[in-house]
Amino acid sequence: MSEPMTLERLRPTIPYQAAALAVTVMLASAALSFAERHTRGPIEQAIAEDTRRSLGEVLPQGSYDNDPGSDRLDARDGNVPVVVHIARKAGVPTAVVLETAAKGYSGEIGLVVGIDREGRVTGVRITRHTETPGLGDKVEVAKSEWVHDFAGRDLSNPAPAKWAVKKDGGVFDQFAGATITPRAVVGAVKRSLELYRREHEAWFARRDAP
Amino acid sequence: MSRYRQIVKDGLWDNNMVSGQLLAMCPAMAVTATATNGLGMGLASTVVLVAANILVSSIRHLVPSAVRIPIFIVLIATLVTLVDMALNAWLHDLYKVLGLFIALIVVNCGILGRSESFASKSTVAESTVDGLAMGLGFTFALIAIGGVRELLGSGSLFAQAHLLLGPAFAFLEMKFFDGGALLMILPPGGFIVLGFLLAAKRVWESRRSARASVTQATSAA
Repeated sequence: MSEPMTLERLRPTIPYQAAALAVTVMLASAALSFAERHTRGPIEQAIAEDTRRSLGEVLPQGSYDNDPGSDRLDARDGNVPVVVHIARKAGVPTAVVLETAAKGYSGEIGLVVGIDREGRVTGVRITRHTETPGLGDKVEVAKSEWVHDFAGRDLSNPAPAKWAVKKDGGVFDQFAGATITPRAVVGAVKRSLELYRREHEAWFARRDAP
Repeated sequence: MSRYRQIVKDGLWDNNMVSGQLLAMCPAMAVTATATNGLGMGLASTVVLVAANILVSSIRHLVPSAVRIPIFIVLIATLVTLVDMALNAWLHDLYKVLGLFIALIVVNCGILGRSESFASKSTVAESTVDGLAMGLGFTFALIAIGGVRELLGSGSLFAQAHLLLGPAFAFLEMKFFDGGALLMILPPGGFIVLGFLLAAKRVWESRRSARASVTQATSAA
C-alpha cells in the first residue's frame, strides 16, 4: 500500500506528533462523554430494577403494597452505612429490608437482609461480591442453596453465641475451603438483626407520623 | 491466501497469546478457576481484540511512531470502557456475568501487543483475521487452563455455564466428584497448570519435529 508523501514528511515532526496525540485524546473523550450521557439513564434504571428484584425476593409475597425501593432512609451500623427500606401494607410497616455490607475474603460483600416486624429474617440475598469463583461464591443464590438457611431465624434461634459458622462453634455451614466468606455473611446478618432490635422503633416512628 | 492461513495458524497455535507469546497472564491467571470463566473472558477479549485491531490498522498511516504507544493505549482503554457502558446499559443481565471480565481486559497487554506488532503494520482485512484468530486462540488456552483447574480443584467442568450462555447450554455442565484439590482453584494452581501445559506443548512440538526430521531423513535416503 502506498501512502501520501505529505504524511510521510509530516509524521516525524514534533508538532504533528503532539497534534496526533491531542486529537486522539479529544476524540476519545468526546466518544466517552457521548456514550456516558446515553447510557447513564438505562444503567441507573437497571440497577434500580436489580435492587427492586432483590427486595422482592427477601420479602414475603403480599406482605406489602408500597414500593420499598423508594421508601428508604439511611442508618449506620458502627461505621457501615446501611440503607433501610420499609415495606408497608396500607401504610403500616410490616417489614424492613437492610442493604448492608460485610468484609469478605477479597473485598466487600453487599447483601440485603429482610426482617419482619417480630425481628425474624424473611430472607437474605447477596447483591455483589468479588469472592473466589468456585469457592466463596456459593453465597450467591444462583450457585448454592446456602443463603436459604437464614430464613425464619431470629436472635433467639439460634442463641446469639451460636450465630456463627460451624467451625466457630455455631450452627451455619461453611464451604469446603472457604470459611471467611460465610463467616462474614453470618456476621452481617446477625448485626442487621441487632441493629433492627435497637433502632426499628425510631425508623417506624420517623415515617409513621410524617 | 496462504498469508491468511499463516495468520490463523499463528493465532490459534504457533504464536498463541498464552502459550506462545506468554502475554495476557494477568487476566489468564485471575479468572481461570473454572472453564466457564475462561470461556467468558476469552470471548469478551476476542471482541475487543478484533475491534482494536481494525481501528489501529485503519489509522496506521496517520500515527507517528514516536507517540504510537500512548495513542494505542488511549484507543484500547476507550474501546473497553465503551463496551463496558453499553453492556451495562442495554444487556444488563449479561453484564452481571461478564462485567468482572471486561474491567480486566484493560490490563490485557495482549491486545496492545497485537496493535503494536501486527495491526500497525498490516491491512485492515489481515488485522481482522489476526484479531479473530488470536482471540480464539486465547479463548482456547483459557478454557484449557480453566478446565484442568476446575476438574482437579472442584471435580466439575463448565459449572454455571448456563449463567453465561443461557439455559440451552446447561448440558455442558458436568460433575465428576465432590471436593478436590483446593490448591488448584487458588492462584498458585493457575501457575502450576500453566507451567505443565507449556511443558506439554513444548514436548509435543519437539516430538513432532523430531519425527518429521526422521521421516525426511529416511525419504532422502
